[in-house]
Amino acid sequence: MHRPTIPFFDQAVAAGFPSPAADHEAVGLNLDRLLIRHPAATFMLRVAGDSMTGAGILDGDLAIVDRAIEARPGHVVVAVLDGEFVLKRLRLRGGRLFLDAENPRFRACVAPTESGFDVWGVVTAVVRQMGAASDPPKADEQR
Amino acid sequence: MAASAPPIALVDGNNFFASCEKVFDPSLRGVPVIVLSNNDGCAVARSAEAKALGIPMGAPLFKIRDIVAAHGVRVFSGNFELYGDMSRRVTEVLSSFTPDLEVYSVDESFLAFPGMDHARLLDLGQVIRKRVERWTGIPVGVGFGPTKTLAKLANYLAKKVTMFDGVASLMEAEVRQAVLAQIPVGEVWGVGRALAPRLEAMGIRSAYDLAALDPRQARRAFTVVGERLVRELNGLSCLGLDDVPPARQSAVVSRSFGRAVTSRAELEEALAAFAHRAAEKIRAEGLAACYVQAYAHTNRFAEPESRYAGCAGTTLIEPTADGGLLIGEVKSLLERFWRPGPGFAKAGVMLAGLVPEASSMGSLFGRPAPKRDKAKRLMAAMDALNARMGRDTIKPLAAGLGKPWQGKSAHRSKAWTTRWAELPVVRA
Repeated sequence: MHRPTIPFFDQAVAAGFPSPAADHEAVGLNLDRLLIRHPAATFMLRVAGDSMTGAGILDGDLAIVDRAIEARPGHVVVAVLDGEFVLKRLRLRGGRLFLDAENPRFRACVAPTESGFDVWGVVTAVVRQMGAASDPPKADEQR
Repeated sequence: MAASAPPIALVDGNNFFASCEKVFDPSLRGVPVIVLSNNDGCAVARSAEAKALGIPMGAPLFKIRDIVAAHGVRVFSGNFELYGDMSRRVTEVLSSFTPDLEVYSVDESFLAFPGMDHARLLDLGQVIRKRVERWTGIPVGVGFGPTKTLAKLANYLAKKVTMFDGVASLMEAEVRQAVLAQIPVGEVWGVGRALAPRLEAMGIRSAYDLAALDPRQARRAFTVVGERLVRELNGLSCLGLDDVPPARQSAVVSRSFGRAVTSRAELEEALAAFAHRAAEKIRAEGLAACYVQAYAHTNRFAEPESRYAGCAGTTLIEPTADGGLLIGEVKSLLERFWRPGPGFAKAGVMLAGLVPEASSMGSLFGRPAPKRDKAKRLMAAMDALNARMGRDTIKPLAAGLGKPWQGKSAHRSKAWTTRWAELPVVRA
């Protein structure tokens, strides 16, 4: 009985993917567990702009946003303002909520427009990779 | 004992695909949104605003161009990577309410709440709604009933009657007495388009009429399915949450092509990709196929002389779920029906005669066991990698890399939640 050739590269698969690390997951530190409290409610957004440098949040950072946390004044939040996602500090002044920038070069606060704003989620962490992260691996490096 | 039946909830996403699109694009707030079927054909999901414009479910895009242009309807191609991830998130939130959960479809789950006080159900429903929407951005409706069929009907009411605010219960017989008469029989789960006219011909117009039918009469007229429907509508649970779904009879993977496929190599590649995907599907369910069929046809509206439908199938020597082997099979099947000339508009692969993998014992003429085991390990390794790293991280070369035959999806949004390069941007 003729069987057609199966176009797989058996050896490449065997050599390229040694035993998965699943067995070792119980030990060591897990960044997901540190940074993500509610996995179902956590989303990642890319930061664009310099208005929050005072809070240590830079252009290009990865913002980790948890929708399960109830926003309180003082939290850095992602809000929907005029059909756009904005990242600002939520502040309460005179019984009203404001979105504050944290960079002296920017207008300090964004007052809610007539349509107001909604808090989309609360920023719980930012991740910033350093230049070395994108260096090519050395030839003798086993990853 | 309907009174003591544990409450079952059906929770489903409102306009699920359209809602997924709205979560990640704030400019869509208050804007009508539709999501198109495969190949950008018909509207398969409509936001509330789009429904209000009178866009019917399943409307072909070319028929609603005017409404779309006049009202600034935003049109999206299906983004199933996004919908799949959002579905997973919704299910995860729901499972925090009860361990008794059955995912029924991409946007529907049944939840059981044994021992729950009926008086507290509406409050629980509101808590579920608020948490799912707060955590995932997806609005849901909740229906409670003593049976799956009634939970589904309650969910229908929760959506239709604004007063219910997204949560309704048909736990109490008195409530059922009052509302079932107002629900057209076609809305009952499992009645469907085929059965509804037959029921109406018998004078059964509402869910109430159907519930009032003598179960034995229902059985005579509509087999055991009809009898079960009547019992379920009366609060007697026939479909448990833990009921194993009926074993799958067949697995089909088919696609309409974005443009007519005329090259044999391209058609072969498409069929190989379908075989690969179908094999993946049945492996996920621990099944193996005894029979494989491949088919392709031209546009049904083509000139009669250029119309052609080719189809060939073969019984496999032993039941298998080996993607590599099935790809080989569909290639030889194509050899049998390939014809140069016609432009193929659609093709597919069907695996049938599915049996549990464990019972596939092999046959005298099958492959020797060591070779079979090797292929099996390879398939398992491939599935594990694809589960971890994302669909099609690795796949057989025969399934193609470019997929030029892949359907149109001109308006697809990004994979906002599953790809680093496509994350939503927030302005700081």
